Amino acid sequence: MSEYRRREQSITLSPLEQQLGEHGEGEDTTQELLTLNFGPHHPATHGVLRLIVTLQGEIVRDVKPIIGYVHTGIEKTAEDKAYWKVIPVIERMDYLSYYFNAMAFCGAVETLIEVEVPKRAQYLRVIHLELNRIMSHLVWLGTSALDLGAISMFWYCFREREKILDLFEMSSGARMHTRYFQVGGVIEDIPRGFAEKLSGFLEEMPSRIDQYGALLNRNEIVLHRLRDTCPLDAETLLSLGVTGPLLRAAGNPWDLRKAAPYSSYDDFEFKIPVGTKGDNYDRYACRLAEMYESVKIVKQALAGLPEGPHITEDRKVALPPRHELATSMEALIHHFKLVTEGMRVPPGEVYFPIESPRGELGCFVRSDGSSKPARVHMRDPSFVNLQATAPAVKGAYIADLIATLAMLDPILGGIDR
Amino acid sequence: MPDATGLELIAQELREAEGDDAVLSTVFFRGRGTLEVEPARIGAVLARLRKRGYAFLASVHGVDYYPEEPRLGVHYELLDMSSVDRVTVKLRVPIDAPEVPSVTDAWPTANHQEREIYDMFGVVFTGHPDLRRILMPEDYEGHPQRRDFPIGGEPVIFTYNEHDANPSGAGRAGTTGAGQAPTPGAAR
Repeated sequence: MSEYRRREQSITLSPLEQQLGEHGEGEDTTQELLTLNFGPHHPATHGVLRLIVTLQGEIVRDVKPIIGYVHTGIEKTAEDKAYWKVIPVIERMDYLSYYFNAMAFCGAVETLIEVEVPKRAQYLRVIHLELNRIMSHLVWLGTSALDLGAISMFWYCFREREKILDLFEMSSGARMHTRYFQVGGVIEDIPRGFAEKLSGFLEEMPSRIDQYGALLNRNEIVLHRLRDTCPLDAETLLSLGVTGPLLRAAGNPWDLRKAAPYSSYDDFEFKIPVGTKGDNYDRYACRLAEMYESVKIVKQALAGLPEGPHITEDRKVALPPRHELATSMEALIHHFKLVTEGMRVPPGEVYFPIESPRGELGCFVRSDGSSKPARVHMRDPSFVNLQATAPAVKGAYIADLIATLAMLDPILGGIDR
Repeated sequence: MPDATGLELIAQELREAEGDDAVLSTVFFRGRGTLEVEPARIGAVLARLRKRGYAFLASVHGVDYYPEEPRLGVHYELLDMSSVDRVTVKLRVPIDAPEVPSVTDAWPTANHQEREIYDMFGVVFTGHPDLRRILMPEDYEGHPQRRDFPIGGEPVIFTYNEHDANPSGAGRAGTTGAGQAPTPGAAR
């Protein structure tokens, strides 16, 4: 046996005696404990999450997540690229919320260079962020229902997701990892016909969410699987650093869009859905309600979309318009400087947090004054939220472990980076 | 947000409570305050700040300040949810003795994040319950996020080449005879 394999076997779980002492009172303590490998390709783990589960009969006694299977060194790669070339790699971290990754990074860099983002760009960002939130929640809803054994939900959710991806394709040319957000604004204004297509989608979407609710809200199986399973109270969640819909399901209305508005979120009227118990059903219900609120935000942003530039006029930060290159020497120089060297960013350290579909997504950027970042770190909500798995499922059935994993909604691309 | 004066007041209070050398410096940058503290007192400082309302540890991250000394840094992003106020606490440790007391007992959220910093930068968090690599393989050598860690290719390990690809780690066990007990921790 190789050293590596031997080490792999040596991963220690919590001591056995303690386990039985804590949970085994009054139960049959002679029952054998079974340690089971779960993943890294189990369909219910949503990516390459691997769990080592200790079971006593059907009851989960301990869970250890093993991660790192899709670690691609994005943070390291980012240190070797000019600031604006970091955006595409950053987007690939949490592959379901690419606009959020780009927003956190661009926000951090904009804070460092103190550039003003035009109002129109802020609104366009909000439109795309909220569409992305709906899209991310749709994937969560479809795959979660799949974990609970309902396949038709998956097709319905992906039907609407397809429409959002079409909109992304229209505004940026790409369906995923769109690179639409730039430092200082967005790469292009929305094309002709986008607003009409988006309004059509916004008209349709609330009734679609009603349909999802009609399929699931009073579904006997869903209720049995989700209601009162694996609750966690707000205090435990806060000590574990959990944010986002999971925290709101436990009754704490913390949402950075309301608490510390960025990108003009204070211009829009929306509500923060909260739960009462913090069980799996509340987690489900919170996310479903969030989709309605996101639709409302996009509607307001589209109706109130201000006129003006879509990216900052600062030529040291943003590329000049293409047509200027033919006539203006200065524009050509700026273009050349930006494309070859990139922009120089004043030295300093910033942490820029935003509310992603999974919680607080913070981007830490340290600049040493050169044109490449000295350190980029994403505080990814999935990475932190994953720590709530073990406290949530200890003492629950293994079927509840599947449901809880689905409701925690971890995205391994974001966890492993 | 604490303004520059507010930050000085916090620093003053910490100095009075924990001794003059607890807070090494304060930085106010782009509307956000940072306290640089003595590594050994990080637990006490965070506990004091928690009493002031900064009860949520949003993030812990590592930084390599190469070529500056002391090289390695650890940042703690604290958040006060009731007044929506953030403050950063940071510390610096030299690369030849990168030891920082773990804060996992008081802040369970730091568990994964401290493991990540250990993995990526080699900062040893003393008192951490389970300080193992988290993202890189268990037998990986070196700490890839350090600034002097080279960027370049490295062989992809499959079962057929795992002995050749990493002779110092995985390969050694291949020579271990059946009766010979493998030496624990030989790869490290």
